[in-house]
Parts: sequence; C-alpha cells; structure tokens
Amino acid sequence: MRALGRGLLAAALVTLPLWLADPYYLHVAIMAGIFGVLALSLNLLLGYAGQLSLGHAAFFGIGAYTSALLTLKCLWSFWPALAAAIALAAAAGWLIGRLALKLRGAYFVLVTISFAGVISLVSVNWIELTNGPLGLPGVPAPDLGPWSLRTKPAYYYLVLSGVALSYAVCRRLVRSRIGRAFVALRENEPLAESIGVDVTHYLVLAAVVSAAMAGLGGSLYAHYTRFVSPEVFLFTYTVTMVIMVIAGGKGTLAGPLVGAVLFTVLPEALRAAASWQWQMLAYGLLLVLLVFFLPRGIVPQIVASFSGHPRSAPGSRAPLR
Amino acid sequence: MDQLLQHLVNGLVLGGTYALLGIGLTLIFGLMNVVNFAHGEFYTLGAYVAFAGIALAGLNFNLAILAAIVVGAALGWLCEVTLLRPLRNESIDTTMLVMIGVWIAMQNGELLVWGGVAKSIPHPYPTAPLVMGPVAIAPLRIIVLVLAVGLIASSWLLIHQTKLGRAMRATFQDRDTAALMGVSIGRVHAATFAFGSALASAAGALLGPVFLAYPSMGDLASLKAFSVVILGGLGNLTGATVGGLLLGIAEELGAGYISSGYRDAVGFVIIILVLLLRPSGLFARQERIG
Repeated sequence: MRALGRGLLAAALVTLPLWLADPYYLHVAIMAGIFGVLALSLNLLLGYAGQLSLGHAAFFGIGAYTSALLTLKCLWSFWPALAAAIALAAAAGWLIGRLALKLRGAYFVLVTISFAGVISLVSVNWIELTNGPLGLPGVPAPDLGPWSLRTKPAYYYLVLSGVALSYAVCRRLVRSRIGRAFVALRENEPLAESIGVDVTHYLVLAAVVSAAMAGLGGSLYAHYTRFVSPEVFLFTYTVTMVIMVIAGGKGTLAGPLVGAVLFTVLPEALRAAASWQWQMLAYGLLLVLLVFFLPRGIVPQIVASFSGHPRSAPGSRAPLR
Repeated sequence: MDQLLQHLVNGLVLGGTYALLGIGLTLIFGLMNVVNFAHGEFYTLGAYVAFAGIALAGLNFNLAILAAIVVGAALGWLCEVTLLRPLRNESIDTTMLVMIGVWIAMQNGELLVWGGVAKSIPHPYPTAPLVMGPVAIAPLRIIVLVLAVGLIASSWLLIHQTKLGRAMRATFQDRDTAALMGVSIGRVHAATFAFGSALASAAGALLGPVFLAYPSMGDLASLKAFSVVILGGLGNLTGATVGGLLLGIAEELGAGYISSGYRDAVGFVIIILVLLLRPSGLFARQERIG
C-alpha cells in the first residue's frame, strides 16, 4: 500500500511536465522544488540536531553568488560552478558550526542572524565583486552535454534531481548512526555526551551538510532566475524556510517537502486575492497559530491520526526542544 | 581630532536611544526568558505614533512621545497576556517562534497602514545646528539625548526603588522562590513586557524625528537591541546602559573612519565577537538584574 503510494507519487513527479504543460505552473513547481531543497537543509539542523539557524539565507545567498560569479566572471560552466557553490556554502557552514555551536538556543540564533547580516552588508558594499544593490544580471542557463537546460521542463528535471539528491542524503544520514546521534543531542545533550556522542563533531557535521544543501538551493535559484542581487539574503527567505519546516513537521523527512510545496503554491494561489503585504501579515499570524494549534506540524499530525492513536511520529516531538 | 569629538557627540545621541532599546530587551530577555524578536517593531510603533500624534493630530512634541510610551506599554501588555502567558512553561524556542510571527505580522501591518514611503516626523526645534567649538549639534539631538537620559534614570528608579522593581528583581533571581514569597509572576511578567515595550516605543518616538519613520526600521533596531544586551550581559541594567552608549559611539566611529556602508555591521560583529569571546557580556560579574 505504502509502496504503491510512493510509486504513484514518483510517477506523478517525473511526468509532471507532461500533464502540467502551462509554463506558469511549471514555474511554481520549480520554485517549490528549490524551496524543498532549502527546507530539507534547514530541517537537518532545526528538526534533527535541534539548532535553529536564522541565518540560513546566508548559505543560500553564498551559493547563489558563488555560482553566478564563477559563471559570469570566470566563465566556468554550470556544473563546476554548482560544485563550488556547494563547497563554499559548506565551508561557511563549517566556520559557523565551529564558532557558534558551543552556544545554544537564543545565542546560537543571534550568531547566525549576525553572520547573515554581515554577509548581506558585504554583498551590498563590495561593489567591485558583487555589483552592489544592482545585482548580477545575465547568469547563464545551465547545459547538460549538448542540451541546454534553458526551458522550463528541462529545468524542472534539474531541480527535481536536486530535491531527490537532497532527500536521499537526508534520509541516508538520518537513518544512520549519525542521524541517531543528532536526535540524541537534540533530546538530551548531557546524556548523549555521557555515552560518548561527540557533540562538537556531530553538530558541526549537521551544520556543514545543511549549509551545503542550502548552497545547492542557491545555485539552482541563481541559474533559474538568471539574476542575483543582495535580495537573496533577505530575512524573508529564512522566515519562509522556517515556516515551511515548522508547518510541514520538523524532524520528519517528508514534512519540509510538504511545507515547501504548500507555502509555494498557497502564496501563488492567493496572489490574485491579496497583495504581498497581506500575505506576509498572514504568514506572521499563521506562524503564531501553528505554534499554538499544530506545534508538531502537518505530517506528524496526519501520521498520528492515521495510526489511530496519538503516538508521536518517529523523530518528532512537541514544540522544538 | 575635531572629527573625533563630533563623532563622539553623535554617538552619544544614538547611544542614548540604543540604551533605551537595550534596557527594555534585557529586562524581557533576562526576566521572562523570551527572545523578543518583535522588540524592534515596538520601536517602529513608537515612531509612527509620534508621526500620527504630531503630523496628523497636531499634538505637541512631548505629548506625542508620552503617547508613544502609553501605546507601546498597552500593546506590550496585550501581547504578553494573549500570546506569552499561555506559553509560559513552553521552551524558549516556542516563544521565540511566536515572537518572530508577531514581528512579521506587526511589520507588514505597519506597511499596510502607513505605506512603504518613509515619513518625516515634524518637530518644533530649529534645524540650524548649535556650534560649540569644534562640535556642531542640532538642538533636536540635544533634546533627544536629555529625554533618553531621563527615561534611563526613571527605569533605574523603577527597578531599584519601587515594590514592582523589587518583585522584578526577585523574579529574575529565582522565579519559583519569588512565587512562593507571594510575588504574582503573571503580573510581573506582564509589567515587564509592557515596560520594555514602552521603552522601545519611546526610543522610536525619540529617534524617529532625527531620522525617518519607515516600516522596516525595526529590523535593525531589534538587532541593535540584541547587540546591546549581549554586550552588557543578560538582565544587567548598567550593562545595557553602558553597552548602548558604547554601541552608538562604535557605530559613529565605524561609519566615520571605516566606511558608512558598514555602519550597521558594527552591531553584528559585536554580537559575534562578544558571544564567542565573552558570552556573559563585558560587564557581568554574574547575571543578575540591577
């Protein structure tokens, strides 16, 4: 039954450009995929390792700028630039992990915000490199051998592979010894440490993998919109990721993806009905309501209601601890 | 040298309002253990109340600032009673998420009400600067500094000389014991949040006329308030006062001697460095209020 459901879902995703040919819908699907990668990335740190990063837009932006600059100024092709974007974001994740993960809770959050703030100011002020607030137009579309991935269906498959890769990495990590160490640290750090879990090692690892995935998302974004500006560092992106993870269900594999699809499609659907400010206002209220009424998120709630008794879904727990 | 004095004076004016922001946040953060990301929104609120009071209702300058304080306190109280009180026993992350939600909602609400265009708040003081030797300073800035110092002094009196202040200090030191001694924790929390929000609102009303009022002005204010709290240590009133003044001066010097584009980076760098090198704050012997 579950295997059938998964097969159908996979088939639907792979054939999506065939039955959803409208470029606008494909655009929404691509953006949902990019945000899916970002939400998976944040979930690794927030949902499994239990550390809230509010500087995730920094890793996203670093990925986007690295990829854009290397293809524009050094004329690299897309694939090595993508690899470099992932590597540089991972390096930034390592740095933040090394420096900040001895701090916990609010202090960790503040360091991540400050880091994102500094990076954002650098992107505005280092005009020779980044072209300042004007941004970098004309980022080239990627190629795959002789084919250009310029068209929306082609780009959809690229993003879908990115999501699949990120999902596979998360799944492999979470179900391994490493993932169990993450959860142990989240649930009870002194206890985990007392049985020999190396706190710094595992938290830095979580930060590096998470940042690398955000870098992947950034690169995919840069080559899709073909334009990068300091707006990639906007706090709105971080908030969107947080809402996607919390609403979908932190500490679950499917949750962030469900959240990403929901919160990409919903604003688009509401676009005609309400202006952007109203939507952001609704986002804020929604975040408050979620904490009050659906603290574990959509996916754990569904799992709990289907299994007939309110057991907690594996790896999930009431509000963020 | 002349430049240096000028920067110091400008930094002092900024620093006074940063201290107000910092005192409010350090009380909320230290006493209630709430990471109040909406703090800067109360600052924005204060600036818009001042704008509405002076430009639309024709209030006088001082009355408008008083109005900002009252509105800030009322909304802070409402926020505590409706949102934070039910979550008092939840983890710090839960309340943090709620405050992030409040932040986004308030900011976009302000954007909807006032529009995205920055508003200039009129004030009755002459624009020609007073020149004293090498230093030129606008009369408005002197008034702002004087009012900020007055508000800081009142906060000191409130914390150290009143019964409420004693209850707040007791709650900070040990909430359970304070409750056993008959301190109403609910009332102390509501009062603390209202008081902290009122101070943030006052800071906005004071600095609004110096600069401009716009919906996203609270983002930087929040981060500056956090820098001040981290610099001064959690729940440390002296630390927040000195930290605020130091941050104001450091920003002016940074903008003057390094690059004005990186003015706001000073606060971020302070947060990172202090948290990494001296997490309890520069002035903390131990974490306590007062």
